[in-house]
Amino acid sequence: MDFATVLQLLDSTLRLSTPLLLACLAGLFSERAGIFDIGLEGKMLASAFFSAAVAAATGSALLGLAAGMFASMALAALHGLASITFRGNQLISGVAINFLASGLTALIGQNWFKLGGRTPALSGDARFLPIDFYFSETLSSIPFIGPIYSELLSGHTLMVYVALAAVPATWWILFRTRFGLQLRAVGENPEAVDTAGLSVTALRYQATLICGLLCGLAGAYLATGMAAGFIRDMTAGKGFIALAALIFAKWRPGYALLACLLFGLLEAVAIRFQNIDVVGVGTVPVQFMQALPYILTVVILAGFIGKAIPPRAGGEPYAKERA
Amino acid sequence: MNANGSDLRRNTAAPAIELRNISKSFGAVIANRDISLSVAPGTIHGIVGENGAGKSTLMSILYGFYRADAGEIFINGAPTKIPDSKAAIAAGIGMVHQHFKLVHNFTVLENVVLGAEDGLTLRPTLARARKLLTDLADEYELNVDPNAVVEDLSVGHQQRVEILKALFRRADILILDEPTGVLTPPEADHLFRILASLRDEGKTIILITHKLREIMAATDTVSVMRRGEMTATLKTSETSPEQLAELMVGRKVLLRVDKKPAAPGPAVLEVDGLQVDGERGETALKNISFTVRAGEVLGVAGVAGNGQSELLRALGGISPAKGTVRVNGKAIDLAGADSGADARRRSGIAHVPEDRQSLGLVMEFKAWENMAFGYHDDPAFSRTKWLLDIEAMRSLTGVALNKYDVRPVDPNLVARNFSGGNQQKIVLAREIDRNPDLLIVGQPTRGVDIGAIEFIHQRVLELRDAGKAVLLVSVELDEILSLSDRIAVMFAGEIIGTRDASETDEKELGLLMAGIAGEARP
Repeated sequence: MDFATVLQLLDSTLRLSTPLLLACLAGLFSERAGIFDIGLEGKMLASAFFSAAVAAATGSALLGLAAGMFASMALAALHGLASITFRGNQLISGVAINFLASGLTALIGQNWFKLGGRTPALSGDARFLPIDFYFSETLSSIPFIGPIYSELLSGHTLMVYVALAAVPATWWILFRTRFGLQLRAVGENPEAVDTAGLSVTALRYQATLICGLLCGLAGAYLATGMAAGFIRDMTAGKGFIALAALIFAKWRPGYALLACLLFGLLEAVAIRFQNIDVVGVGTVPVQFMQALPYILTVVILAGFIGKAIPPRAGGEPYAKERA
Repeated sequence: MNANGSDLRRNTAAPAIELRNISKSFGAVIANRDISLSVAPGTIHGIVGENGAGKSTLMSILYGFYRADAGEIFINGAPTKIPDSKAAIAAGIGMVHQHFKLVHNFTVLENVVLGAEDGLTLRPTLARARKLLTDLADEYELNVDPNAVVEDLSVGHQQRVEILKALFRRADILILDEPTGVLTPPEADHLFRILASLRDEGKTIILITHKLREIMAATDTVSVMRRGEMTATLKTSETSPEQLAELMVGRKVLLRVDKKPAAPGPAVLEVDGLQVDGERGETALKNISFTVRAGEVLGVAGVAGNGQSELLRALGGISPAKGTVRVNGKAIDLAGADSGADARRRSGIAHVPEDRQSLGLVMEFKAWENMAFGYHDDPAFSRTKWLLDIEAMRSLTGVALNKYDVRPVDPNLVARNFSGGNQQKIVLAREIDRNPDLLIVGQPTRGVDIGAIEFIHQRVLELRDAGKAVLLVSVELDEILSLSDRIAVMFAGEIIGTRDASETDEKELGLLMAGIAGEARP
């Protein structure tokens, strides 16, 4: 494997990790506040559809992004209504949102565009285009560092950089601001928050909406950055892999980055090397490579990698105790 | 508040807290009925009452946790609306709840500032809190390591964090709900010293408790609640525990149980080298050995969390253990296939678990269903080999409920709808009525009202007088002292000392509970 191949592999790792990372951070905000969210998938899908649809209609990727975020946040608000206000079961609410998004995007897509649930192919300003860093052309001739700069770091769409910047931002918000302290507290012990004179409901809604916003970014990236349009069920389980990454990362932003990069790398390897010859084993079929992220997910969820302790109040609706 | 302000307040003698005609009901249950209360500034005011008398509800209203259905609140003479805890904090009220409201994996500092931060970032507030903690540590003996994570602290220290939280919010009025339930006697004394010095600084303190001894020792005035009503307010110096107990229950109560001298027979339970591993692989019980003989009560005292729960679970057949345990001379299986609770029953052990709501009863099941647990194979409950005789179960339950004074006598009522004391009596009826050789009972009167406590204590002593062995585990030292013939004290998973009940006192036991072993006595 030569240097250029490695760079290409890492380059696509970065691109493939981005939606995972955004969704993973989305889940982190929600779950740190005590709201389990298996509806990441549905929110991403809704955002992917509406961002592609609006981008196709207006020719503006930014307007598409706004529409996608709005759709995702609307679903997040619905999840909040069910699980915070009405104290419903958070898993059921999440499953419902996934079904709702999967069905509605296909239905509306067919109705609007008559393309079998797709949106028209996007081009030009309707997509987020790669951003080339300054001097990336001229610097690419410098050995080693040059290609890293121009091939790996430069030339991604806006959302990739947003996702990377969101990691330290999330850390700072959670661990250095009053909002973060309150958010973490409400996920561990909402009674402590309530008796401290804070509103459990308001904090949890805020966390849920931030989750919706980040899922919106992830979905818009899928449809208008990575691909050129919406395809039915194009999230293909990314929301669930992001959840696995979240558990793997033990609900910490820094680890979330590493976990998502790992999943992205597996995916990139599966795409790059269709059949790998392993000495003594023979040819590893492409299906196995494609299944790797999911196998890893199962391994992680089965708890083989250390003990991940979720926020203590996670999944439990808050009701004041009866004396 | 500046000095002039507080002088002014004291001169005009407006009460720090005045409640007028507060009422609150939950559905059909009236928790507080037309309650009025006036607390003078700079005093420690006690509120006593049985469980369910409405003390906690009243304080939750004052702290904005619940809203009153009717009535008014005056703070320092000014009418004050307290719709939520935020308003209570703004009015200068702080509360230390019975079950601490701390975030277990936050540091002390983070817990103290939570909800009282100023500005976007935490750093300046944390610095301010750190300084305050240093100042208060010297002034009131409130030492806590600011950087310690709360779950690593002892319960006594966690309670200090709760007090510091209130002081950080500049509380002038401090409410403490059953603060000593989880403390050793020396820790409780320390707490009362802190409260006294806070009072001398001009703060007003409300102390809710069901322990009359604490009321007498720590308060200036005392109010008594019974069945949602305020029945009396008295100067502590002018009353007595007997009078308070009578006001609480509404009739004369025996605070001390009359018991005949024990007539111990042969050993029924012999425990030798019992060991239990805790959840994280640490040793929860270390090399426990003791004997309970027929016709005696062995009391196991100790602060909650020193291995008593593990002991009960090991003996009751709920979790596996190592070592030797003999019942009537026969060794029982502690970890193998025959170590379940049913095997324990067959060998003559009856177990009243300390947590009746999770281990003793199925809360959503009816009384007659609960009465049959563990005894489903009893021929009296069976119609054929395969079918239960529901009618017989109902009528037998009715008889048992009557005998054990459970109210209401309704075998069809769901366990949840009985009061705590009556739930406990259902479990006792089921276990004692089988006439076991050995009764293992954990926290028999936790959350039980005084009237029912008396009844439960009498049943336990009857069993003893009938020549049965009783192992009583309780965190209530009074209960241990009044029922036991011998007392074993547990500390950090070990029995740190065993004393004859007639030759020891609260003070000695208190020191043992704190882990300070005296000289060994034969």
